[in-house]
Amino acid sequence: MKRVVIASLFFLALAAVWELAVRSGRWSPVLLPSPISVAEYVWAALLDGTLIEATWVTLKRLLLGYAVGVLIGLPIGLLTSSSQIMEDTFGSLALGLQTLPSVCWVPLALVWFGQSEGAMLFVVVMGTVWSVIIATDHGARTIPPIYARAARTMGSKGLHKWTRVILPASLPFLVSGMKQGWAFAWRSLMAAEIYVTILTGFGLGHLLHYGRELNAMEQVIGVMLVIVVIGLVADRLLFSPWERLLHARWGTNVK
Amino acid sequence: MSTQIVENRPKLIIKGVSKRFKSKRADVQALDNVSLDVAEGEFVCLIGPSGCGKSTLLDITAGLTMPDIGEVLADGQLVEGPGRQRLVMFQESALFPWLDAFGNVMFGLKLRPDLKRRERREIADHYLQLVGLEKFKHAHVHELSGGMKQRVALARALAPDPQVLLMDEPFAALDALTRDQLYDDLQRIWSESHKTVIFVTHNVREAVCLGDRVVLMSSRPGRIAEVFDIPLPRPRDINSPELSSYASRIATALKGTVSKVVSE
Repeated sequence: MKRVVIASLFFLALAAVWELAVRSGRWSPVLLPSPISVAEYVWAALLDGTLIEATWVTLKRLLLGYAVGVLIGLPIGLLTSSSQIMEDTFGSLALGLQTLPSVCWVPLALVWFGQSEGAMLFVVVMGTVWSVIIATDHGARTIPPIYARAARTMGSKGLHKWTRVILPASLPFLVSGMKQGWAFAWRSLMAAEIYVTILTGFGLGHLLHYGRELNAMEQVIGVMLVIVVIGLVADRLLFSPWERLLHARWGTNVK
Repeated sequence: MSTQIVENRPKLIIKGVSKRFKSKRADVQALDNVSLDVAEGEFVCLIGPSGCGKSTLLDITAGLTMPDIGEVLADGQLVEGPGRQRLVMFQESALFPWLDAFGNVMFGLKLRPDLKRRERREIADHYLQLVGLEKFKHAHVHELSGGMKQRVALARALAPDPQVLLMDEPFAALDALTRDQLYDDLQRIWSESHKTVIFVTHNVREAVCLGDRVVLMSSRPGRIAEVFDIPLPRPRDINSPELSSYASRIATALKGTVSKVVSE
């Protein structure tokens, strides 16, 4: 409770500083809208459904692309960690492409898939898959060898070894890898939505883009806030339960 | 007496085993022509200075490492890889942190298709009780003390009912008080289960307290220097004077193998 109060006070203070800056009159309200007008926009957009609709469109793209990225990246990461050939081929490829900012995939996606959902999906998958491969590979390599030895003596091998020993043993790395993959997916989707107009769905990135076109800064900032809030909520819902489980089982991060 | 030795074929036959570890930085002859027979139900302690290859010999017996020359026979069968009949209890706790105490004991049992679900749970409960941890069944690994962890590891190694138990300095990291307690427990459990045990240690008193025989190894290259029979009655108290006289004899021999290496 005390933590909630402190956090609330902090953000209220930030808003107050912002409001004071607006009232000082040094900046044009067109460039720096007041927090109140931003709140009004968010409220109105929630009521008329545009924000909910855009959030839904964006989240659908994000979750689908992320899921595909993880489903492809996880097995490849396990393979690159265990096979020299896979390490030299897919491992190097992942390492190289991970350094490529995912927005760089947008022109290619447009040429290949046109202004379609396919282009969006492609960009998100490309943003996710390489970092998931690298995190999984790293996790599987960092397992204490004694776990694998103990499992071997008890007769664990093949698929059993992968699913019951290597995967759970590398869970601490996997979760941070998944989290990183999520962050990359989110960034790449926003970049794609801001650059690419497609007719099948109007996402948060588009809302942001048109806010700028219409010179509606309260919309731009309002949508940015919504994106931040979705990021926080997703972190809580998707990753916090896993992190709590890890801390409980591994005995890490004990306060 | 718990040391009923079946007079026919030895349970384990280690025949002329040599192993060399080569890397860019070092070239070590870990084992040089080591032969040892272990009878069914016998408790053999391997002792020697660090680097004498005693853990390597245990790994080879387990099938985790392959010898360069020589072979290991278990029940007359050539050891070609790890097997459920020879379970290993490791130096540091190799318990899986993603499972609780019960889950760890169940791990090996689940790999036995001949058991039913209910039987597995009963066996796991039985062994947790045997090591005195039935109340900690659902504790996470990090919540257990060092001694408790090794008790769970012992239960995990015993539960699938292996014929041979290979123990690699299992108590080395524990404090003296906890260790004394575990010596009593291990002797009690062993006298009930009649497992064949190879126990690697660098603690002379521990070896004398537990072993029917103590095999002293010398290092570089690792060879068997001397074998001592310990005909003391069981259960043995690690602090008893009879035990001390054996221990001091072996300790003197052990020092001999160490000083030989140093003077080289």
